[in-house]
Amino acid sequence: MIRIERLGRSFGPKEVLRDISLEIRKGEVFTLIGPSGSGKSTLIRLIDLLDSPTSGKIFFDGRDTAGSEKDRLAIRRRMSMVFQKPAVLNTTVAENVAFGLKFRGESAVEAEKKVRFALNLVGLSDLYSRRAITLSGGEMQRVALARAMVTEPEVLLLDEPTANLDPVSSEMIEDLIVRINKRFGTTIVLSTHDMLQGQRLADRIGVIMDGRLAQVGSSLEIFYQPKGRQIARFVGIDAINGGQVIENTGGHALIRVGETCFEALTPIPVGKQVSLCIRPEDVTLTPSDSVSEKTSMRNRIIGRITKIVPSGPFVRVTVDCGFVMVSLITRRSCTDLGLSLGARVIAGVKATAIHVIPEEGNSSR
Amino acid sequence: MSDIANGIIQAVDLIVTLNPEVMQIAALSLYISLSATIIAALIAIPAGALIHFNDFYGKRAVIIIIQTLYSVPTVVVGLILYLLISRSGPLGILGLLFTPQGMILGQTVLIIPIMMGLVISALSGIDKSISDTLVSLGATQFQKIVEIVREARFAILSAVVLGFGRAIAEVGVAMMIGGNIRDHTRVLTTAITLETGMGNFALSIALGIILLVIALIVVVILNLITSALSSDMQQIAGGGPHG
Repeated sequence: MIRIERLGRSFGPKEVLRDISLEIRKGEVFTLIGPSGSGKSTLIRLIDLLDSPTSGKIFFDGRDTAGSEKDRLAIRRRMSMVFQKPAVLNTTVAENVAFGLKFRGESAVEAEKKVRFALNLVGLSDLYSRRAITLSGGEMQRVALARAMVTEPEVLLLDEPTANLDPVSSEMIEDLIVRINKRFGTTIVLSTHDMLQGQRLADRIGVIMDGRLAQVGSSLEIFYQPKGRQIARFVGIDAINGGQVIENTGGHALIRVGETCFEALTPIPVGKQVSLCIRPEDVTLTPSDSVSEKTSMRNRIIGRITKIVPSGPFVRVTVDCGFVMVSLITRRSCTDLGLSLGARVIAGVKATAIHVIPEEGNSSR
Repeated sequence: MSDIANGIIQAVDLIVTLNPEVMQIAALSLYISLSATIIAALIAIPAGALIHFNDFYGKRAVIIIIQTLYSVPTVVVGLILYLLISRSGPLGILGLLFTPQGMILGQTVLIIPIMMGLVISALSGIDKSISDTLVSLGATQFQKIVEIVREARFAILSAVVLGFGRAIAEVGVAMMIGGNIRDHTRVLTTAITLETGMGNFALSIALGIILLVIALIVVVILNLITSALSSDMQQIAGGGPHG
């Protein structure tokens, strides 16, 4: 649907985007994730043709978008965009939703029908003749979504649509995005700095770091096999550094970190410095006094609990094993196991749950 | 003090009895200043939009010059125009000197800078995100400008009201270009100057009060028009060219 080739955008001497190549497929939900200021918004604005690239090309449905303003307008009218900060004009909700139709010269009768349909879609039919500036942030964003959908776009672009919203409104917007994609087959490109949102919504994810597209893949690939420590940290994995591959038999490797040996699956050869990425939810905890039994957990490391932080229905337990391991367990199991600060526990992790990445900077050694 | 009190009484009397001479002066004031305001608005709003929506070299300097012209003395505008339209001047052939038309021209020139400057700042006051939103919704350049002008309508109204205020309250242009000719170019401000010089303080106060009453009526009407415009402008925008 949209093909981006070696795209670059500079503002003065500052290079905001560098060498981005990407294909967005028809009908998919594609999420751009990355920290604030990484260039996500700039890329989305470029896709919506609100801005022109310094280098590279964007193809929409096979057509080069770098044409005359008239051609760009025609292409832009096949897309819609929702911004991070919803901007409503000082008029009624209905008129706000109708703008796209008005610009396209739609008749008033037809427009009214479509506006009612779009408002119904986002559940705001009651607010038809309300002044838009009196709405709450969440309602404004739903109006913005209705306004974007009323023109039946082929591509819907959303730039951090929930960044300024409360959790309830965010969830509502997320549900709408999913429903729109399913019901109308709209291709959706969404940017977010919330990697969990990316995981929830996306068919595919692109990670942007410092203006570069660092990795593109399914959410499983990004979250379990991040390419590099920077991405690992961003997707919520605390990597264990300073490992060295000491044995590797056909992809089944032994990796030494300090005094401890881990078993993991990796093609990285013996002698290389590596980091181990382990998702906190893949780390189990067992009180160290419990009877040792046979288990499929290949890695069992004794450590001492240094921190217990509640996080919703879960608890993040930090265990010092000479290096730091973080385990995410339910509140309930935390109580059942009687875990407390200073307690000795065995941290267990399956060999398959460890994602090994070459240590950056040393990989050439 | 008694002059002010007498002035108020006399003002009421002049208004209630519809004194023909005062009515004629008031009507001429209103005609000249309102014409100047309308012409100036028709020039200043598009010109202000043109400056705001285009990026060009020296834009900042142009805006500073416009803002400086806010404080141009009315007598200086009167003087320059006098030199241009007097019989021996380059525009003498038009015969505008000592005519209401000449006064309209003078007041128009006088208030264009302040209107244009305030239109530019009214448009600058509209958030960039509104402009982005309109473009992303498929607006042509023209449709975008119409919507942004519409969004800034209340601030633009202030610009027009201020222009009208400066026009109806000024003496310099009216005196130098109009000449304060009875039944022909005498307006409220020049009449006040004359009557004060002749010692008719109460009449001057009365004329001053009438001037303020006219201003009040005009401002109220302009406000009503702006509110009504909210729905009318839509049709104008809808009728614009579609790309």
